[in-house]
Amino acid sequence: MTDLQANTELLTKLNGLAAGLFLLTAFGMIAMRQVLACLKLFVWQSILLAASATILGFQHSSVHLFVVAVITVGTKSILIPWLLVRLVSQEAYARREISQVLNIPTSLLLGMALVILAYFASSPLLGASQDPFVRMNLPVGTAGVLLGAYAVVVRREAVPQVIGLLAMENGSFLAGICIAPDLPIIAELAAAFDVLIIALVMGLLTRRIRERTGMTVVGKLASLKED
Amino acid sequence: MTEKILFNVVQVLVVMLVSPLVKGVLNRLKEAVQSKRGPSIFQPYRDIWKLFHKDEVISDSATWIFRLAPYVVFITPVFVALLIPVLTGYPLFFAFMGDMLGGGFILALGGFFATLAAVDAANPYGAMGASRTRMVGFLAEPVFMIVFFTVSFVAGSTIPYIVHKHWVNPPDNFFEPSHVLLMLAFLMLIIAETGRLPVDNPSGHFELAMIDESKGLEYSGRGAALMKWGGSMKFLVLVCIYLNVVVTPWGLAQGESLGELLLAIPLVFLKVFVFVVVLVVIESSLAKLRLFRITEFLGGAFITSVAAMITRLLEG
Repeated sequence: MTDLQANTELLTKLNGLAAGLFLLTAFGMIAMRQVLACLKLFVWQSILLAASATILGFQHSSVHLFVVAVITVGTKSILIPWLLVRLVSQEAYARREISQVLNIPTSLLLGMALVILAYFASSPLLGASQDPFVRMNLPVGTAGVLLGAYAVVVRREAVPQVIGLLAMENGSFLAGICIAPDLPIIAELAAAFDVLIIALVMGLLTRRIRERTGMTVVGKLASLKED
Repeated sequence: MTEKILFNVVQVLVVMLVSPLVKGVLNRLKEAVQSKRGPSIFQPYRDIWKLFHKDEVISDSATWIFRLAPYVVFITPVFVALLIPVLTGYPLFFAFMGDMLGGGFILALGGFFATLAAVDAANPYGAMGASRTRMVGFLAEPVFMIVFFTVSFVAGSTIPYIVHKHWVNPPDNFFEPSHVLLMLAFLMLIIAETGRLPVDNPSGHFELAMIDESKGLEYSGRGAALMKWGGSMKFLVLVCIYLNVVVTPWGLAQGESLGELLLAIPLVFLKVFVFVVVLVVIESSLAKLRLFRITEFLGGAFITSVAAMITRLLEG
């Protein structure tokens, strides 16, 4: 029994570590200037999500969570980056600076406010559960959703906006796997497939925008329409 | 009692004598990565020896601050070496005179005098470097504060000898999210504070781009030797705080015999060597940031330390 307890303790800490680094990558995605760096961070975030799912799988001895981990690594850290790189021209990745509505230090401070908001928003729910995994994953996942939404709002480029949207999905997944560890596999598969299709559609859209206007800076599209 | 005082003195002596060697190893490795042969690892000793035998030239417009500053820069890391665990895992004679915050303040005093002296000599590059150092300093300050708050929050104390026991007792604590994030944040701080590559280029010779180096441009002879030696001691002291307090107390002497203390010297040096290798990898793979991008680098460090705090809160 004590052995099992010690095991749980270690798993809690490792899960906390994965969640902490997940939060850091979410911050990184609003602080990075290069598109490629954003994409790499998204890959890392997905791997951390898979790590958290694996740890939870060990804890709940649930096969579903291992499957979730495998699907996450397969789609989000291999297929989607590959799709995004293939669909959008290299020129979008070669540019070093992404234009942002707010500068980066301000963004980071606002992001911190969002994390605190996520913490307070999820704290009424935390009272219901004494599970240490829920206590860690639910607020961090909520914060991931908010930070992803923030990236979508602030970035003026198409590809980082897509990545922000996918990061929101990552955040909701991180929160989801701790609340519902026994979700049927069909639901997981459907979600993964949906994300893949979203990435494909948005990648194609970005490609079309680039073909029509010669750039991927969607922040400037409003002024293009006027003349 | 006398033993503990003796050990404390040995600790200070080790910091004084080994610090130029650490600088030498760091420089040699950096050159080796660039496929050059590089200077001997004992070159910093020779530099200091040579400078002590040279005449000192002091500008007419310089005041007493300029004369005093090298001594302050030299003596402040010595004081900090009395407070922190360099070789022993148990508190020594002066251990409870000040906590990590106190150590930080003493180091900041040395930095403050170096800045004043740079302005005092009326060399335009000195004033420029001084204002830049202050900019980096005031951006690093909140990160230091949050790191100390988190440490005291997690370990229940800011005395380094109590803090470093917490990370390995039980061993699971090493993987605590706040610990790993703190290590990251503190590493970024050390890079910023000691003028290492993404923030400042320590081997650059272009005065307009200097941050840390330009403060010592006006010194010659003994003053320059003391500034150099003090700088390398400050580096070693910060690395010791990082490795022995923030990371782990592995390799420190646990027993109160002289043999164990002497055995700890090579073990600690081995740890420092590993750190130096990591630093060389970081320095060789990153380019220097533009001056106003330093805000973003230290903003990243700030966010990391805040994330450490938040994950600690969530663990409840």
